[in-house]
Formats: sequence, C-alpha cells, structure tokens
Amino acid sequence: MKEQLIPAQTICSHYNIEISFVDTLHHMGLIQVEIVEQNQFIHEDQISELEKIIRLHTELDINLEGIDIVLNLLQKERELQYEILMLKNKLRLYEND
Amino acid sequence: MAFIDYYKILGIAKTASEKEIKTAYRKLARKYHPDLNPDNKDAEKKFKEINEANEVLSDSENRKKYDKYGENWKHGEEFEKAQNQRQQQRQQQSSQQGFSNDEYSDFFESMFGGTGGGSSYNRGRSAKFKGNDFNAELHLNLRDVYTSQKQVLTVNDKKIRLTIPAGIENGQVIKIKQKGGPGLNGGPNGDLYIKFIIDNHSSFKRQGNHLYQDVDLDLYTAVLGGEITVNTFDEKVKLKIKPETQSGSKVKLTGKGFPVYNKDGKFGDLFITYGIKTPSNLSEEEIKLFKELQKLKAK
Repeated sequence: MKEQLIPAQTICSHYNIEISFVDTLHHMGLIQVEIVEQNQFIHEDQISELEKIIRLHTELDINLEGIDIVLNLLQKERELQYEILMLKNKLRLYEND
Repeated sequence: MAFIDYYKILGIAKTASEKEIKTAYRKLARKYHPDLNPDNKDAEKKFKEINEANEVLSDSENRKKYDKYGENWKHGEEFEKAQNQRQQQRQQQSSQQGFSNDEYSDFFESMFGGTGGGSSYNRGRSAKFKGNDFNAELHLNLRDVYTSQKQVLTVNDKKIRLTIPAGIENGQVIKIKQKGGPGLNGGPNGDLYIKFIIDNHSSFKRQGNHLYQDVDLDLYTAVLGGEITVNTFDEKVKLKIKPETQSGSKVKLTGKGFPVYNKDGKFGDLFITYGIKTPSNLSEEEIKLFKELQKLKAK
C-alpha cells in the first residue's frame, strides 16, 4: 500500500508547484491527500488527474473553481459515452444481421 | 512545404495587438485543448496548429520575421542567414531541454528551427510531465473473448504481453500502465489504452453477460410437445418442449450465457425465443387432414 503513496513534497518538486496548491486542491475535493504519520501523501492513481489539473491551470489559465466544473462535465461526458455504447450494444439485439 | 497563415489560424487581423493575439490564443486553446477533448485527433491537430501560431505571433521577433518573409520566406537572403544562426541556437536548446520537434509543422521548423520559447504553453512544459497516452483498437471475435487468452501486441515497435479476460465487453477500454509515450523532461511514460471491438458472427446476440438466440420449432413439435437439441455457445443441450408451445415464448438456460468479466467460473444466462415454422409444400393428404382439424376446431 505504502509503495503506491507518493510524498506530496516529492510531487511538488517534480511538477514545480507549491504545497499550498496541493492543499487547496485537497480542500476543494479535486484530489485526495492521505496523511500518514503527519506527512502528506498522494496516491499514484491520482497523478494523472493532478497532471490534468496542472495543465488546465497553467496552460489555459482556468481557475480552480472552473477546473472543478470542467472535470465534472468531462465525467458526465464519459458517463454519457458509456451509456451510448451500452445502448448501441443493446440495439444490436434488435438489428438483423 | 505549404505556407501557413498563422493569423488565419488564430482568426485575427495582421494588425492585431499582443493582447488580441493572447486573447484569441486563449479562446481557441480552451476550445481545442487535448484534456478537454479526449480521444479527439482533430482537436489535437488543431491545438498544435494554434500553439504553433501563438509561438510565432506572441514573440515580437518571430512575428516581425514572419510578417517580413512569411509568404516568401524561401527568397529572403537575410532570412536564410538568420535561419541558420537560429537553427544552431535551437538545436543547442533542443538538446538541452529535450523538447520534441514533432509538435511543429515543417514550415515552422524550417523558419524558426523547431522550438520556440515564447508561449506559456511551452514554458509550462519545462516541468516534468507524464508522456502521451497511446490509444489502440483491438478487433476480436465474440468466440475469442468467450475464454481468457494471452496475446502479444506490437505497439510502436514494442511487444506487449496481454491477458484478455473472458467476457470483455464490446467498446470496453483497458489501461496498461507506462506503455505509452516517453515522459517529458524525465517524467514517467504515458499509458496505453486498448479499446476492444468485438465482432459477432455467431447466431447469438449478446447483451452484457446474457446471450439471446431464436430457435425455430416445427409445427407438430410446438403443438404436441417433444424434445429438441439446441446449440449453446460451447455445447449442445437437449430441451423438452411443452405441448401447445406458442410462437415468441421464451426459455431461460441459467448459466449458459457469456462469462462474467473478471469473475472466473461465473456465466450469464442464455435466453431462447421459439418461433414456429409453418409447414410448406403440403401433400394433398396433409391438406385434407388440416381441413379436418379445421372443421373439428369450428365445432
């Protein structure tokens, strides 16, 4: 389990971001931060989401509230795409081969 | 190599101010950014074009050169000299920073030598980032995914061993960590996403873990009952037919459907819908008997 947790400080120096930025993301519920023995860690599964947030923030100047909205809309889009896929598969039942 | 009109790409006039260029770039970047358009190759291409246009037009020196020689860049003697010098500088920068030149058009590379340094986009790239994620499609037959199987895929000249679990769904995507493009500035590799396209050439229709099949009964078996043999996906089974079975009636064969994804030994159900085949090419005697039956029914 511990192997999958990366210290927040390591991540900050890797991506050139401040620890306060990570704290804000955590408080806004955009990423999850785990506290182990008073140290902050980020699970490796969160890395790609964190990178996406950094890109949206630095490359497009989107503030964190905007990023929250964007991520929610992208999630909705993914769910709709999945629903369309399932409906297409279901529709194949009624189509003649 | 075709001339690229960067002003047109950003949708601005040649007299546009720095602020107007920045605003136009931001607006288009927000529209076509790859994070906002996942799996959209057109948007990715457009984003690269916008980025390249911004590289040139947001840098006053680059913009001046582009405006002066842009369309006739091949004929500018002065430009040629400047180009050579710049190319040398860029090559040095490129090798130091590890940038990839494939983000730029041939036109840009011959004019500005590959990488620029003006935009916030590329400044942002100086941080360590995960490499590009790769997307691939794998076409399989329904029969192929009835059982788990191992395959070796070749993606970008790399061999990847893959176990495909039985019961994978059409359109399902699985992620293989770190098998995508190389990371930027020492970042980790991207991931490989494989989308499974399942072609169904069987007589079964699949919905999730359940299979559906139409089976024709001859009239006499449907009326009088009997026994038939039907094919499930992997074997033949005998079924008892009740007397007076109606067309469209269904039976469920529990556990004879498709394997449940990632749950060894679990299967969905097979649903059989009976259709009744009306006899044809009747003999005179058969017609006579049917008429007798008809008379009996009418009494």
